[in-house]
Order: sequence, then structure tokens, then C-alpha cells
Amino acid sequence: MFDYLANPARFQRIANVIRPLAWLIFIITLLPGLYYAFFNSPADYQQGETVRIMYIHVPSAWMALMGYVLMALMALFYLVWKHPLADIAARSMALPGAAFAFITLVTGSLWGAPMWGTWWVWDARLTSMLILLFLYIGYMVLVDSFDREDRGSKAGAVLLLVGVINIPIIKFSVDWWNTLHQGASVIRVGGPLIDASMLIPLLLMAAAAKWWFIAITLIRMRTLMGERRLQSRLASRREGGAHD
Amino acid sequence: MAKMSPKARRGLGILAVGAVLAVAVGLTLSALEDTVVYFYDPSTLADKPLDDRLIRVGGLVVEGSVSTQTTPIQFSLSDGAAEVKVVYSGILPDLFREGQGIIAEGRFDGQVFTAETVLAKHDETYMPKEIADSLKDKGLWKDQPQSDNAY
Repeated sequence: MFDYLANPARFQRIANVIRPLAWLIFIITLLPGLYYAFFNSPADYQQGETVRIMYIHVPSAWMALMGYVLMALMALFYLVWKHPLADIAARSMALPGAAFAFITLVTGSLWGAPMWGTWWVWDARLTSMLILLFLYIGYMVLVDSFDREDRGSKAGAVLLLVGVINIPIIKFSVDWWNTLHQGASVIRVGGPLIDASMLIPLLLMAAAAKWWFIAITLIRMRTLMGERRLQSRLASRREGGAHD
Repeated sequence: MAKMSPKARRGLGILAVGAVLAVAVGLTLSALEDTVVYFYDPSTLADKPLDDRLIRVGGLVVEGSVSTQTTPIQFSLSDGAAEVKVVYSGILPDLFREGQGIIAEGRFDGQVFTAETVLAKHDETYMPKEIADSLKDKGLWKDQPQSDNAY
């Protein structure tokens, strides 16, 4: 299937169909998601209205983790199969992924101040999430810091694969060590510990985050592919000019 | 081995390096266990050497142990196996109450833990107030911890 999709023209044709669909699903999950999250869901028995931060925080955190896993997968395809499209996909996902990691940290901090009594602590969950943001930023800087683009792609892919070890550490940090951050509420053995009236807006917001990510990634991929085509055309024109 | 395609060789190489790396990180983290934990339990606190360093202890506030009228405030933290007495003269977080998970940062002299900061630890249960109240009315309310890490 990956060989099938690796043809840029074919990929573009499929992407052209998926992109408007992704925007559509994004809108129809976001609007009710926002409505339930901020107007039509109960306040928490302990946290009160502050619980609403969770509807932004948790979907962002999931998306930041999932985005990184997808990038690492693309890095693997790039290093093993040498598909240029996998490199383009990884590069395109980096900025939206970093944005979600950043939102996660900021909203978590805003929630921690009234609930925990502190903006930030260096516990295992918070620290590993900060490392994820640094991995995203490091990747973006690294891929653009070589004269030859393919060298940057290779170095970036290696970084992504090394950094993937951080993902299980983030997820299970709250189980492996004593942390200030609470344990998992939704994806846990024994089922969710979150009431249905709060789970529904959470899942709607999570779906919205995913489809936004898909739409943005496809747009960025199209831009990057166009840019590369333009560069190679300019390069061949320069070479052609030298012969005259 | 010589007949392996370049693709398979690259894939196998990445797999091997990845496996070694995962083991290395796993070993490092388990060796660092004691520094990665954000707080100690009251029962492990006794084994810690007494010095002047700031440490953190976390546990559930023992029912009936809180006296906010005294200065400093006194309460006890429990992990089910051991209790530690805490004195604190700052402002308590909103979530502070009996039965709630609390993390205190301060110094331990072997008898009393003198806290400089008190943080509330939230658990992973989310529910509307009405449901919490009706659970309590029906006597179905389970006090924490729902999991090992609820405090």
C-alpha cells in the first residue's frame, strides 16, 4: 500500500478528495464539541468549572503523542524504503504536532495553578512532555540545518526514531513513578473513570483535533511538494543555462 | 546474510539499534528510579537518610488528623501502611481536605515533617457533583484510592 501511495501524483489525487472531507468532519465535530465542553456539560464535583480546561488539554496531548508516533513511522519508511513522500509527510506534521505539545503544556499549567497550587513541577509526566516539545522543535531545526536537503531528512529521521522511546515514557510515567500528575482517566485498564456527560465532549474535541491535524498535514504536504518541484525545475534551468 | 536486500538490511539495522537503545533507556530509568519519583510514600520515608535536603512526601490526609486552628497547621499523611505527621504554616490549596491526596515539600527530622509547600494531587475520577452526591447517598461511594497512584 505504501508503494502504491508513494507515487506523488496518485497521492495528490487521493489527498485532494480527503482534504475537504477532513475539514468537513473537523467542523461537524468541533462545533458540538465546543458547545458541550463549554456550555452543556456539568462542572466537576472537585474541580468545579476548571474541569473545562481538560477538553482542550487532553485532546491536545493525545494528538501530540499520536503526531509524533506518525512522524516516527514516516521516518522508518524514509530510512528503510527511501520514499521521499514519507520525508515530506514527517516534515509536514512537525509544526502542528509541536503546536499541540505546546498547547498541552500551557493548558496543563493553567489548570495546575488553581488545582495543584503550582504552575509547574519537575515530575516525570510534565518533564517527559516538555522533552516531547523539544524533540519536535529539535527535529524542525535539524532538518533545515544542512546544505543538502536529503542529509537533513536523514538526520531528522534518525532523531525521530531515537526520540520515539519518549512516547511510552510519557504514557506510563504516571504508572511507573509517583508523579504529581494524576493517572490516566480514559485509556486505562478497567475502563474510563470519567462520567459519560464529560466523556462525550472530550471525545468530540479529540476527533476535531485529529481531523484538523489531517487537513493541515495534507495542505503542508502539498505546499512542500510544490516547493521541491519548483526547486528542481530552477536547478535544471540553471544547469541548462550553463550549456548555452 | 550476504543475500539480504539493502532494504531488509536497513530495516534490520534500525530494529537492532532501536532494541539496544530501548534496553539502555529502560535500564537507566530503573536505575534512576529514586530520583525520577516526584515524592516518597510515608512508609519509604523512614528508610531515607536524615539530612537537610528538601524532600517530598505524598499521601492521603488522615481523617480527623487536621487541626487548622493551631499555628502551624498540623495534619497526618498516610499511604495505608504508615503515617507521617506534617506541620505547615502556609496557605493550603483549595483541594485540601480529609481523605484527599496531598504532596508536602519540606524537611523530615525523623519524627515530624516540616512542610514549606503543600500541593494537592488530583485523582483521575471526573464526575458531576450530582452523581458524586447520589453515590454518597446510596453508600456506593468508594473512598480513594481507586488506583495505586490516586494520591
